[in-house]
Amino acid sequence: MGLTHQSTGAPVAHGELRMEKKSRNDRVIALAGNPNVGKSTVFNALTGMNQHTRNWQGKTVTNAQGYYTHRATDFILVDIPGTYSLMASSAEEVVARDFICFGKPDTVVVVADATCLERNLNLVLQILEVTDNVVVCVNLLDEAKKKGIQINLQMLSEQLGVPVVGTSARAGVGLTELMDRVEEVSFRRLNTSPLPVFYRPEIEKAIALVEPAVEQTVQNRIDARWVSLKLLDPDESLEESLATYLGRDITKEPLVKGSLKKAQRLLREHGIGPEELRDSVVSTIVAKSETIYQASVILKNQEYNRRDRRLDKLLTSKATGIPIMLALLCLIFWLTITGANYPSQLLSDLLFGFQDQLTQWFTAMHAPDWLHGALVLGMYRTLAWVVSVMLPPMAIFFPLFTLLEDSGYLPRIAFNMDKFFKKANAHGKQALTMCMGFGCNACGVIGCRIIDSPRERLVAVLTNNFVPCNGRFPTLIAIITMFFAGMVALPVQSLFSTLLLTVVIVFSVAVTLFMSKFLSKTVLKGVPSSFALELPPYRRPQIGKVIVRSIFDRTLFVLGRAAAVAAPAGLLIWVLSNVMIGEMSLLAYCTSFLDPFAQMIGLDGVILMAFILGFPANEIVIPIILMSYLCTGNLMDLENLEQLRTILVDNGWTWLTAVCTMIFSLMHFPCGTTCWTIKKETKSWKWTALAFVLPTVSGMLLCFFVANGARLLGLA
Amino acid sequence: MNDIFSLNQLPIGQKGRVYSLDSRGKERRRMLDLGLVHGTTVEALQKSPSGDPVAYFIRGAVIALRDEDARKIIIES
Repeated sequence: MGLTHQSTGAPVAHGELRMEKKSRNDRVIALAGNPNVGKSTVFNALTGMNQHTRNWQGKTVTNAQGYYTHRATDFILVDIPGTYSLMASSAEEVVARDFICFGKPDTVVVVADATCLERNLNLVLQILEVTDNVVVCVNLLDEAKKKGIQINLQMLSEQLGVPVVGTSARAGVGLTELMDRVEEVSFRRLNTSPLPVFYRPEIEKAIALVEPAVEQTVQNRIDARWVSLKLLDPDESLEESLATYLGRDITKEPLVKGSLKKAQRLLREHGIGPEELRDSVVSTIVAKSETIYQASVILKNQEYNRRDRRLDKLLTSKATGIPIMLALLCLIFWLTITGANYPSQLLSDLLFGFQDQLTQWFTAMHAPDWLHGALVLGMYRTLAWVVSVMLPPMAIFFPLFTLLEDSGYLPRIAFNMDKFFKKANAHGKQALTMCMGFGCNACGVIGCRIIDSPRERLVAVLTNNFVPCNGRFPTLIAIITMFFAGMVALPVQSLFSTLLLTVVIVFSVAVTLFMSKFLSKTVLKGVPSSFALELPPYRRPQIGKVIVRSIFDRTLFVLGRAAAVAAPAGLLIWVLSNVMIGEMSLLAYCTSFLDPFAQMIGLDGVILMAFILGFPANEIVIPIILMSYLCTGNLMDLENLEQLRTILVDNGWTWLTAVCTMIFSLMHFPCGTTCWTIKKETKSWKWTALAFVLPTVSGMLLCFFVANGARLLGLA
Repeated sequence: MNDIFSLNQLPIGQKGRVYSLDSRGKERRRMLDLGLVHGTTVEALQKSPSGDPVAYFIRGAVIALRDEDARKIIIES
């Protein structure tokens, strides 16, 4: 800590990836690779080894760094976003490219997928053009072996001119060797001689014209040949990053400018325009990848991916694709709802039992009433609700969702649903970012970086909040269980709840699509841009690890947030309800102020206030509602969850209130974290404001129509 | 004899080789990044439930392309 990235000689052009070196001897390792190659697993396996892991959010959308010690040297491992090429087109790829090119890591580890090596070599070769200090990590060797793909690592290493290490990171195989090679390369004890890629003679001549001028200008701060080639193939974002990195725009230096002109004239004379240049450069690299691949990989079974194709036939075909998708969704919800019942009841018994104990202690100590009220009835009780009602469904839903994500199914959802997104003028990858939103909207918003068109990225950012996150699921589940499950006989109640929840989710997806279309026709006019969606090989998720880690991480996270947000909120409610102005408590003033408007949209003042107070964390909405009702008078002992319904009904809830609360839960302002993330991602207050206003206004309108429609029809 | 047509017309289960790309700029770059250069073999694997996009096998990876993008990739069989 304390040393900035500047002073330690690892400057980063974008400021996006910043690292903290503990000492000057620390080595900075960049972990690069295509998406879906198990980069995160390698990261976790390495950093977890010596227990230096930071709290790390699990997916590649956020850039993480971790530490590990190997043979008395501290290594800082920077996980950079997955990318297919250094010719960056999306915001994520720019971050990755800038770190590799300008972050000056001591070593770049390129993680490649052994089951799909040819495609991965493209990136490896591009990185080798920038830096010599590369170690290639061929991961997923176990998967490759299963598929009968045999990789000659020795041959691959000879061909590439850098160390190649085979790993199966999930099983922890090959990591020590990887760390050995990384150490050797980092301290330059192992000389690498990366395979040079030669382009067609005219291009080589052009590079030769520019290179001496560039070399003189940049000295050895960056590979002159690579810079020369990139200057010939102009790329605005790269030139910008290069200028930031070097502190000046070298294309404006007379020497470079002159030689560039000459080189471009030469290319033109040979009929090589910008398009032809790029085609030729890429074709050369692709051809080279193919040659290397053919020399080092033997397919023992030509039909090695037959199982994946069969699965795809089942999961994405016309007849079965969408039904299976819905069935899987139902299954996850059913497991969540039924699975949460028991721990929920148990926690509730335990925590509210302890509340009585607390009360006894307070009485025994002759503590004043207000102190008992504020601490036990205010803070403790709200906390207890968050833990007993909200935590169990979250702790079950999240790992299930992660399992689905790890298995490679989410891109198939995007594939199945693409037509709808296309009709909504949205990007095909928005289906992916929407799915991430089910886990956490803030993560979904960051995930939108994978969308390279700015317009469609904004559409995805602004609409992400329309699907409920892990923190809002329990609210929906609680309301459905309390108000609607009772409509059917007991044995099928959880099944019925599941179906209702699925309907609610399908509705939220429909709203997302509708809003995307709406934005595309109004403030963000445009047509969908081209995109390519990779359907990665299916992987058996590490069930045990995922469950343990996400329950553990999530539990701690939620408990932490509950303590940070729910406890003060509970205290606030209690204070508000006990400070009287004349006949009325402050709380009553607040809620009765909101009430007329809230009634118009089918809610009441308390519910609306709970949503406002729930801005820092949506998990506390239901607990706040209960808390407020209880504070306004009829205090009662809560033995079980059944009685929660009684509290609500006693305070005027009908099925219509329940429906409107669910609608508003799906369609209201994003939580504090998400708003902050949107501001960070869009770098604009205007879009952040729109992200806030759009769901709130549309939610209020919908609630208004539903409430008044139902009232007019005499349904409620 | 070589037939020349666009990728979206390639029947499921059939293979073709990339002849040229019709796209320009960023779009073209994205296609090149996938390894879609002259001579690359492409196999049409599977249609999505609505028939668009279609998944293709390209250099060891499965890539889904929308109809209007596949239209701009010219292949020969």
